[in-house]
Amino acid sequence: MHIVVCIKQILDPEIPARDFRVDSARREAERGSANLVANIFCENALETALQFREAHGGKITAVSCGPEGAEDVLRKALALKADDAVLIVNDAAGNPDPLFVARTLAAGIRKLGPFDVVMVGREAGDWGAGQTGGLLAEELGLPCVSFADSLEPGAAAGTVQVKRQTDSGWELLESTTPLVVTITNHEKNVPRIPKTRDVMQSYRKPLTRWSLAELDIDPATANAYYEVAELFIPRKETQCEFISGDTLEAKIDAFASRVTEVMRSL
Amino acid sequence: MQDVVCCLWSRAGFDRAAQGLLGAGRRLADSTGGKLRAVVLGPADDALARSAAAVADLVVIADHPLLDQYHPETYLTTLTALAKQSQPQAVLLGNDTYSQELAPRLAHRLGGSSAGDAVGIAAAGDRLRVTRGVYGGKATAVIALARSPGVVWVRARAMAPAEPGARAPGEVQKAQLDLQADQRVKVVSRHVEAKEGVRLEEARLIVAGGRGLGGPEPFQQLQALAQVMGAQMAASRAACDAGWVPPSWQVGQTGKKVSPELYLAIAISGASQHIMGIADSKVICAINRDPDAPIFKHCRFGLVEDYQKVVGPLRDKLSHPT
Repeated sequence: MHIVVCIKQILDPEIPARDFRVDSARREAERGSANLVANIFCENALETALQFREAHGGKITAVSCGPEGAEDVLRKALALKADDAVLIVNDAAGNPDPLFVARTLAAGIRKLGPFDVVMVGREAGDWGAGQTGGLLAEELGLPCVSFADSLEPGAAAGTVQVKRQTDSGWELLESTTPLVVTITNHEKNVPRIPKTRDVMQSYRKPLTRWSLAELDIDPATANAYYEVAELFIPRKETQCEFISGDTLEAKIDAFASRVTEVMRSL
Repeated sequence: MQDVVCCLWSRAGFDRAAQGLLGAGRRLADSTGGKLRAVVLGPADDALARSAAAVADLVVIADHPLLDQYHPETYLTTLTALAKQSQPQAVLLGNDTYSQELAPRLAHRLGGSSAGDAVGIAAAGDRLRVTRGVYGGKATAVIALARSPGVVWVRARAMAPAEPGARAPGEVQKAQLDLQADQRVKVVSRHVEAKEGVRLEEARLIVAGGRGLGGPEPFQQLQALAQVMGAQMAASRAACDAGWVPPSWQVGQTGKKVSPELYLAIAISGASQHIMGIADSKVICAINRDPDAPIFKHCRFGLVEDYQKVVGPLRDKLSHPT
């Protein structure tokens, strides 16, 4: 089984709101002092792939589409023992175009040769569009199962069973391979931390670089799907009334009566 | 064509999400002078058809043995065929798992563009502009879709239902479908997690716990509190990832978007990603021992205390209100 895991590098989404700024003219977030990290759902995807390989064997290729610096997320994947890593270099920074990304990834994945499963994160912690998986499936002409959290070989050869989350619980789907799966978080696919030694060694492993030209992708076709027209930080003004009181009991009493007040108004 | 298509699943019924979705569709169609078409996938009873027809100009019922239950490929093929019949400007879906899964693929098949989690949609000429939260709710973006149709999934429960007007009820039609069973994907089984009471998204009172609870056991105390309040239980992503409670309890950017009258957050710090899921609540209140926890910035009232000292007495107090 050859699993391709797509990994996006993003601005650290854990940065506190008070430190977050946007450049409204360029319609981009300001980098500030924030780190660039791998998108958490892409890390959930890699973890899901690693667990599948541990149980059933196979090969994992990590692919990222981004600027040169996105090499970091691939080095981390190699440190976690992904077998191969490919960086599709796209220096055109800034605003996202999910269809352009999906086309580029599709071209890169085809160039890799035969594959069975393509995994992507359900969405990214920056723009949160949640488009790449579905568009990639369409570009590759494959079925797609979204919001999955684990994968097992199917009953018949050339199939996999995918467990995916729904609003009210979960579903088990069986699909022929190849297919595209988008991965969501679950207690069982919390990303592992690479060992320091493996991180050091990952920099000695080969990493393939492809340019957009090598994939016959014209950068001028970006932003044909959508563009960010405005980006701003919404103003919110809620004044929290902190419940005070001389004793803990008095405070709980006061809190309880505020809760009761709301409940009575229903 | 300025028409709007709203996609409904008959098994969900005419719930708040369906009402909000059709409300959004109605207002968009009225703003452009277009027609609103509701397509309902699955076996629809008369009540559902009538409710939809009260808002839409045309209701198309797509009832077929292959559409009885959700199937990603078959639903996608069906929606593609139905949307092509009217060449709409906008195709709107709700924010359930299935809608989110289908939207980008449907856009691709229709040669359009998709965006999701819309809190606002407006037509600008023959293209749509979608307002949505980005960067985990820290910022808001207006996305200009470059292709048509715009296939948009909306935060349906946060959208107002359509105003009851003097409009004549729309026509109800049965779709003529020629469907083949998909050979690649098979739904093996469906599992509904046992959860008492109403769905989290429809709940009017919610008690939620977070990372600060430190383990699964404290959730039982919260549950006892929720019980005397008649509230539903929810959790932050951290608590779900730790395995303390099932993933279906997760509220936030990638969990459920809730809009209760009262949201009581206990030991939840309030990362922007969590706030994204609760921003439509009427009253947010919190118990947290950290006075600087971001959750308090969104609270009507709050209590700075260790939850362990508060939850038991609070439950007693609320079970015997004075």
